Amino acid sequence: MSWAIIQQSLPMFGKGFELTLWLSFVGIIGSIVVGLICSLVQYFRVPVFRQIASVYVEISRNTPLLIQLFFLYYAFPVLGIKFGAQLCGIIGLIFLGGSYMAEGFTGGFNGVSKSQVESGKAIGLSRWQLARYVVFPQGFSLSVPAMAANVIFLIKETSIFTVIAIPELTNTALDLIGMYYRSNEYLFVLVIAYAIILVPLSIILTLLEKRVRYGTFGN
Amino acid sequence: MAHSGISVLFEGTNFMRLLGGLWVTVKIAAVALIFGIILGIILGVLRTFKNRPLRVVLRLYLEFFRVVPTVVLLFLFYYILPRQMNFNLPADQLATLVFVLWVGAEMSDIVRGALISVPRHQIESGKAIGLNRFQLYRYVLIPQSLTLEIPATINLATRVIKTTSILLLISVMDVINIGQQIIEANNHTYPTGVFWVYGLIFLFYFLIDYPLSWWAKRLEKRRLEKANG
Amino acid sequence: MADKVLEVAHLEKFYGKKHVLHDINFSVDQGEVVTLLGPSGSGKSTLIRCLNGLETYQKGTITFEGQKIVPTEKNWQQLRQKIGMVFQSYDLFPNLTVMDNILLGPTKVQKQDKQAARQEAERLLASVELSDYANAYPRELSGGQAQRVAIVRALALHPDFMLFDEVTASLDPEMVRGVLNIIEGLADQDNMTMIVVTHEMNFAKQIADRVLFLQDGEILEQTSSKQFFSNPQTSRAKEFLDSMDF
Ligand SMILES: Nc1ncnc2c1ncn2[C@@H]1O[C@H](COP(=O)(O)OP(=O)(O)O)[C@@H](O)[C@H]1O
Ligand SMILES: [Mg+2]
Repeated sequence: MSWAIIQQSLPMFGKGFELTLWLSFVGIIGSIVVGLICSLVQYFRVPVFRQIASVYVEISRNTPLLIQLFFLYYAFPVLGIKFGAQLCGIIGLIFLGGSYMAEGFTGGFNGVSKSQVESGKAIGLSRWQLARYVVFPQGFSLSVPAMAANVIFLIKETSIFTVIAIPELTNTALDLIGMYYRSNEYLFVLVIAYAIILVPLSIILTLLEKRVRYGTFGN
Repeated sequence: MAHSGISVLFEGTNFMRLLGGLWVTVKIAAVALIFGIILGIILGVLRTFKNRPLRVVLRLYLEFFRVVPTVVLLFLFYYILPRQMNFNLPADQLATLVFVLWVGAEMSDIVRGALISVPRHQIESGKAIGLNRFQLYRYVLIPQSLTLEIPATINLATRVIKTTSILLLISVMDVINIGQQIIEANNHTYPTGVFWVYGLIFLFYFLIDYPLSWWAKRLEKRRLEKANG
Repeated sequence: MADKVLEVAHLEKFYGKKHVLHDINFSVDQGEVVTLLGPSGSGKSTLIRCLNGLETYQKGTITFEGQKIVPTEKNWQQLRQKIGMVFQSYDLFPNLTVMDNILLGPTKVQKQDKQAARQEAERLLASVELSDYANAYPRELSGGQAQRVAIVRALALHPDFMLFDEVTASLDPEMVRGVLNIIEGLADQDNMTMIVVTHEMNFAKQIADRVLFLQDGEILEQTSSKQFFSNPQTSRAKEFLDSMDF
């Protein structure tokens, strides 16, 4: 392993790092918005939208991101719909992440104990009040660990963007390896770069899971 | 235009070739799951033991396979095994190996999580009738943890199947790779073929994963109903 | 002199820095029924769990049937076949039927003959009036029934000594009597040696030969049942008995 080679590659990896972060950020925000909409539509049983949401969730969760991206990037242009690679990446990530976030929120809402819901009803809360004062506040905090797990998952999924040549981290490494045949160095930097992003998140996730477990079960 | 495109699927042996590719995909996923689950059960049980160094090592193993994206894992093995260790494997076997290790890591966490969630008084009453450690796992912990483990394992299987899509990156002749070949070979005659080929592959994945997810969800729902009386 | 089944000497127990048992000394004779009384948090559970190896202790010795116990997990595992224990929670194994719950110890731990063990299990089930439930799963039982099965499960190993930790504390009131009757039967007819932790004072008074009164991890009184209930020596014990209101 040569430090000189690693050093020379750092500016390129820096750009890849930024792009990975940026695409993840936009994708995650978008996923949360989509997920929230879907879970609310399902919670309030809004006719039609609710069916659309559940069909979307099933399609999105049961197909690989890679094929979703290929579809967006290669197949859609045939229909006259064309996006740049990065936009495809973001749309694909949101399409994927929206369903995971939706399930996370729904899981949280469903996790609110029956006795809580019943005591809410018992004091005469309306459906909306029940959601507003009982189900949502408790449900969102219950869904936090699932959200955090999804964040980690989605960041890792951006590595798939390499298949449509978005120059994020993985793509940068593979390009460099292709050009200079120094796999050890570039893979090393690549793993470290992901570790820098994901290890802190993973630690936070572990803490959150403990918190919620204590929170829900008392001790 | 889009109408004629669909016939690309039935041109010559195209459809059979795609099915053949799907078979490669499914085979790799299945082998990886079988061995990965066995590995994961062993590691998961070991992770519930008191031995600290062992637990730390296994935890680091898990975290490594969790933090590094699967694509990157694949390339780590793809480049490092042959170049550093002079260990050459055909791409499909290499991919299977990576998947086994990855599934083993994920599975170990499922197994450990399920084992430690068996209530403490269950362990104590097992001990109180004189069960030894092996018997405690065999008759109390493992059977009781299965209802938690099975849905999680099925979900892991759906993830593995989806993740096989990255086999393309190391040139395994899986369903996507064959799809690409068909698209390229027919680009002139069927310019909209790309839509149908990817559409079909999309459908293949969905048809495999959807029933599995549905099954996992149902088992999980039943488990919760039982747990909450 | 009656045979001492159990002797506890200078037992000390810490949870981390917290000192929960202070210099515990007592013994139990063959056929004797000792009740362990004391306010919540006084260390009753901790003490009897030490006697079954479910808790470690930092100092002191436990002697069982004349043998000083070397407290390794392996030794405890052997001893637990002779020292049965029943807990407050109905802790049947939910994955096994009532019959299989009972048979697990005799057939897997003691490697008894299946047929004989089953006959014995049926006899025991009949004695607690649960013959009809042999093939039921624990979730189909009421709390009282589950607790009776838990007692049978412990007895199926033919222990020499039984520990009961508030076995009626989480039962509905109408279920309590049935469970207590079984314990009384064990004491009177089978002459079982046992330590009973309970909050049922009338039951304690009736069944106990001797009372250990525990407070803040110390044995404050150790006297005959008669003496303890009619004339407690310490003000703490008096307060305790007053508070129990029976
Ligand atoms: N696992 C534990 N860790 C720390 N402290 C404990 C633990 N279990 C019990 N204790 C403490 O030990 C003391 C005795 O508890 P316990 O034996 O359960 O009392 P009792 O059965 O008389 O109600 C209490 O102060 C309790 O808080
Ligand atoms: Mg207690």
